Amino acid sequence: MRLSARFVEAIRQFRLRPDRRERSAGSAVRDVPTRVRGLYRGPFRLAAVALAVALVAAGCGGGGRSRDPNVVVELDHYTSAAASRQFDALLERCAGRFDLRVQRQNVPVDQLMPKVLRDATAHSLPDLLFVDNPDLQTVAKTGALTELSLYGLDGRGYFPGIVEAGSYRGKLYGLAPGVNGLALIYNRTLFERAGLEPPETWRELERAAEELTRGSTHGIAFSAIASEEGTWQFEPFLWSNGGELTDLRSPRAVEALKFWSGLVDSGVASRSVVNWNQNDVTDRFVSGHAAMMINGSWTLSTLDEEGVNYGVVPIPTPSRDIAPQVPLGGEIGVIPETTPRRQADAARVLGCMLEKETMLEWSTQHAYVPARVEAAAQYAEDVPAMRPFVEEVATGRARTAELGPRYRAVSQALADAIQATIAGATSPEKALERAARVAGSEG
Amino acid sequence: MTTASTEPTASGPLSTRGRRRGGGGRERLVRWSFVLPVVVFLLLFFCYPIVRNLMMSFQEWTVASFYEAGSPFVGLDNYVDVVTDPVFGTAVLNTVLFTVGSLLFQFVLGLGLAAFFQRHFPLSGVLRGLLLLPWLLPLVVSGAVFRWIYDEGFGVLNQLLLGLHLVGDPIPWLSSTDHALPAAIIANIWVGVPFNLVILYSGLQAVPTSLYEAAALDGAGPWQRFRKITLPLLRPVIAIVLMLGLIYTLKVFDLIMILTGGGPANATETLTTWSFALSFEEFDFGEGAAVGNILIAVALVFALLYLRSIRDSFRREGES
Repeated sequence: MRLSARFVEAIRQFRLRPDRRERSAGSAVRDVPTRVRGLYRGPFRLAAVALAVALVAAGCGGGGRSRDPNVVVELDHYTSAAASRQFDALLERCAGRFDLRVQRQNVPVDQLMPKVLRDATAHSLPDLLFVDNPDLQTVAKTGALTELSLYGLDGRGYFPGIVEAGSYRGKLYGLAPGVNGLALIYNRTLFERAGLEPPETWRELERAAEELTRGSTHGIAFSAIASEEGTWQFEPFLWSNGGELTDLRSPRAVEALKFWSGLVDSGVASRSVVNWNQNDVTDRFVSGHAAMMINGSWTLSTLDEEGVNYGVVPIPTPSRDIAPQVPLGGEIGVIPETTPRRQADAARVLGCMLEKETMLEWSTQHAYVPARVEAAAQYAEDVPAMRPFVEEVATGRARTAELGPRYRAVSQALADAIQATIAGATSPEKALERAARVAGSEG
Repeated sequence: MTTASTEPTASGPLSTRGRRRGGGGRERLVRWSFVLPVVVFLLLFFCYPIVRNLMMSFQEWTVASFYEAGSPFVGLDNYVDVVTDPVFGTAVLNTVLFTVGSLLFQFVLGLGLAAFFQRHFPLSGVLRGLLLLPWLLPLVVSGAVFRWIYDEGFGVLNQLLLGLHLVGDPIPWLSSTDHALPAAIIANIWVGVPFNLVILYSGLQAVPTSLYEAAALDGAGPWQRFRKITLPLLRPVIAIVLMLGLIYTLKVFDLIMILTGGGPANATETLTTWSFALSFEEFDFGEGAAVGNILIAVALVFALLYLRSIRDSFRREGES
């Protein structure tokens, strides 16, 4: 419905402005009718027309040269209706301040990186790009990004983990308006009925989960899917136990994985966690089939909509004196290499998106945590439900801090190890041993 | 949907080939102009990607290659890396098991159903139509539905098995390394049966009933009739069904991707899903291309076998 409306609008505009049509399609289009008249004169004419049409099509596809100078082309993966609308409005407002317009491109999260790489090949990258933060390393490695210092943007006043996530080889390439993190979300009704307090340590977590596993309800739900999502959910447990991504063989890492898979082995979590992404986890929690879940702040709006009575606490750690260490999530704004003028325009828009007020607004709408320390403190007071997330972001870590672009390979190897332990009969020692070997050989 | 034979009878181009050579240059041009679109299409959409893929597999293609256009030639390194990767063995074994398992059951069930529908009974046409359904559904839909059916806790399959007391504990269909591959194969069998049914059924229709009547008069039982009449006469059709089925099954990607994404722990990783993962998840396009080419080579061998079997059957037709 919407698509067709857009289509009609496009056609209408096309008719209204013949001048634009000539500019964008080039002269070959006007030549076509004369050629068509001679179509029956011979096959070569046909071939010539075919070639002309193909050339025009190819010319249109490139698009890079004929960009309107007052338009900033932006690419992100906020595809959900609400987030997309809110992000749209913020971009428009920021661009409007500088008499610019925004042409927003929007693709599902798993198609963003392939698109970015394709655009990089054609040297037609957008002017402003928001990528998932662990992917920043991959994009930066292509050499297509520009340093933020060129535009007078720097990481002062931001949480250190966020600056690290935006840096590649010691240089700052991106900053985020807001970040997210994981926490333990629990069903308050079930907890009150069982007379339980939300857990703070691993032992308490096990005990509470055991207590709450009844019939078709599992104590806890999390995602152990075979991708970055599975690794990201495990990382808080790995890190708070003293394990590191650079040393997957360490006894600390093995212990953490033992705890993680133990939740499934003891039956307090479903074995299906290996096939659940974080949306599936939310579904289980909403339908009451899980009393607790590990999930991010972005799910809170769904929980509110569904009317679940829930509470949020930081992710439990091995003991009370250890602070949780969660990986930082969220998208980072970067400026690809285009032309000096376009880069400067994109930087102005990005700079506006990073202002304290914009940050607060976006974070409130999207249940993110503002990336600036000062803004986050104010936010914690304004939105108490987000306080556990704000606390965690202060100690949050960039996933790529130690590994840089190698993170992708290590993350995949670790996700496979988690799967092998939970779904297969592999011991945590063996699975991590293999992961370290695979990750090492691909680094 | 009724009895139209789907077997190709391509006697036209073969018999007229080379009959009228020459003619004016003008006429020749006209003739070529009919071929040209196909040639252009094939060059653009088949040859170019394949050649490009081949070249890619001999280059080191990483994310850096995309912007700064540096993709050094590395010879057979990608192939060596791929073959020595521990996942390679798993992927090959899974591909073989998946293909053989799917084909075997698809064919046996398809043949059984085709023979069954040879008899006419009330509603047989409607039933046959319904059996085509799995074939008409997009694989994405089938995959999503099977994901629900297989769910360990709430899936209808486990509820059924538990209810009938066939199993004591729910079976972790998609979440255990032992069960995931069989589960994927079962789903694929369901998808593939209609294809076998349709082609084999039309093959059966072509067998003259008089032969059966004669055999019955000679005292041949049902099994003997099946073995001595149906199977030999159906052989060309069987060859085609198996060959096409093989090529279709080798390249199955979407179904597995939706069911398990190649997991858990690579338990359902086939060459196709692995090639995708290498290219688009690990961004090692050289190795991804190498796996893709290995798969193309295997499929090509079977495609050539298929073409030869068609040619042979035409020749036999020509002789008789």
